[in-house]
Amino acid sequence: MTKKIKNLNLNFGPQHPAAHGVLRLILELDGEVVEKADPHIGLLHRGTEKLIENKTYMQAVPYFDRLDYVAPMNQEHAFALAVEKILKIDVPIRAQYIRVIFCEIGRILSHILNVTTQALDVGALTPSLWGFEERETLMTFYERASGSRLHANYFRAGGVHQDLPKGLEEDIAKFCETFPKIINDLESLLTDNRIFKQRNVDIGVVTKEDALDYSFSGVMIRGSGVPWDLRKSQPYDCYESLDFKIPVGKNGDCYDRYLCRIEEMKESVSIIKQCLAKMEKGPIKSLDGKISPPPKAEIKQSMEALIHHFKLFTEGYRVPKDEIYTAVEAPKGEFGVYLISDGSSKPYKCKIRAPGFSHLQSMDYLIKGHMLADVPAVLGSLDIVFGEVDR
Amino acid sequence: MKSLEDLEKKINSELTTKINNTEIKHNQIYIETDKEDIIDVAIFLKTNQDTKFRQLIDLTVVDYPEQNQRFEVVYLFLSHEFNQRLIVKYSIAENEVIPSLTSIFPSANWMEREVFDMYGVSFKDHPDLRRILTDYGFEGHPLRKDFPLTGHSEVRYSEDQKKVISEPVKLEQNYRNFDYESPWEGTKYIKEEIENNDKKN
Repeated sequence: MTKKIKNLNLNFGPQHPAAHGVLRLILELDGEVVEKADPHIGLLHRGTEKLIENKTYMQAVPYFDRLDYVAPMNQEHAFALAVEKILKIDVPIRAQYIRVIFCEIGRILSHILNVTTQALDVGALTPSLWGFEERETLMTFYERASGSRLHANYFRAGGVHQDLPKGLEEDIAKFCETFPKIINDLESLLTDNRIFKQRNVDIGVVTKEDALDYSFSGVMIRGSGVPWDLRKSQPYDCYESLDFKIPVGKNGDCYDRYLCRIEEMKESVSIIKQCLAKMEKGPIKSLDGKISPPPKAEIKQSMEALIHHFKLFTEGYRVPKDEIYTAVEAPKGEFGVYLISDGSSKPYKCKIRAPGFSHLQSMDYLIKGHMLADVPAVLGSLDIVFGEVDR
Repeated sequence: MKSLEDLEKKINSELTTKINNTEIKHNQIYIETDKEDIIDVAIFLKTNQDTKFRQLIDLTVVDYPEQNQRFEVVYLFLSHEFNQRLIVKYSIAENEVIPSLTSIFPSANWMEREVFDMYGVSFKDHPDLRRILTDYGFEGHPLRKDFPLTGHSEVRYSEDQKKVISEPVKLEQNYRNFDYESPWEGTKYIKEEIENNDKKN
């Protein structure tokens, strides 16, 4: 007697806590082994690129917060750099330091979320409770600088929106003293944890070649042993003057990627410390009145300032015809903006290159032959945030 | 190749007729080619020892509705080895089918699906050309310049039919696109007068 065996199709998500957002993953299972994975994305598609084409350059910034919403300012950074390069304006040194500090804070925010939720996915609850407390502190820094905890809208072409309030620098410095201890605590829970290692070591292995072929970037490529970090290789703002190391993995599995993230957090703390030490008083945005709005006090006195203010917030500044691709090292990888300007005050096209998009597309390649229980572990170590995948 | 100038020379000498134009700006090389040659150009860029553009960073299309060759296809490459970025472009007309790069760069798969979804450009030899970002059963190509910002249809839950239904967009107030563009220099007639005066002088 012959029996017909049929593979089971399983819907993972879109409402699944381990899917890290709205991912619908259609898995073809042979017993407990995954034969094929077909991710359906786009459930969070908001047409960001289309909206940006219809807004002025200044109005486009908030949309970048809503891409990778766990590290908002890193995205704004890419857009600000792209516009600055086309306009050929210089950013005051204090603004560069402020931007780098907040980008590194964003990196810590993102890595804490990823490391702790990955632990949660494989069964450890405590790290997320400890980590989220720190995230809350960091988001308070965001709030004090920009006025909002998440959607900062803080970076501008030519600098940042406003100077840091009194006392914030000291508080960030204090945080840099206490935070390494928290990282150590997290590590003591996870790094040598038998269950955590059983769930992550040798899971989702990416070879060097495949990491290149699948356009991986960030931790995904460094975990596989390629020492590639845009902060070092194509430095922007003041990264050139800072001293930091690039942690690189060996085996390219989920565990190495976890270790890379932990090390990167430590490096970020050191970068923030260096920036705080080097920072001096000074202007925080371009002084060109045709690009940065004037201070409020000046508007009451100067006719020209009033005109500038009015023009900037109605028409916006114009950007000469050009095209450019700029990328930054976001926590998740290479985040790029391909910007085409046509001389008007709105971008003609703004293509957003999100690292998560190319990472998620390799899901089928990564998960083939693994067990169903490994799906959350691999998904967790990819560091997917649907805001940027779906755009 | 160490410098961008050397790379430009190398590409021009190796690919000769396949390259229409090269330009260096913003520390990147911009190359114009043709639809027929893109496969050869991509293979050369990926495999040649002096270029080693191992990663296809992104792939997109730019829509210029007023031009005969409506779409401009743009490929962004990155070489880790030489730390260089390169942009390859070519123009195509509407409804033209272009070759897929999936066999050379596996990562092109979703990028091409996205372009197909957003602009309606079809790819030859693509293993799985489906919509990717828009909803199941979506019609139209949202990033084309002639697609309205508000879209054509909206979905809502219908209490009568007890399911989610799609119906044409109804707005209380139409989307208003104010025209703020005016010359900083002053109004047009004044500008003309100044120019005329300049000519006289």
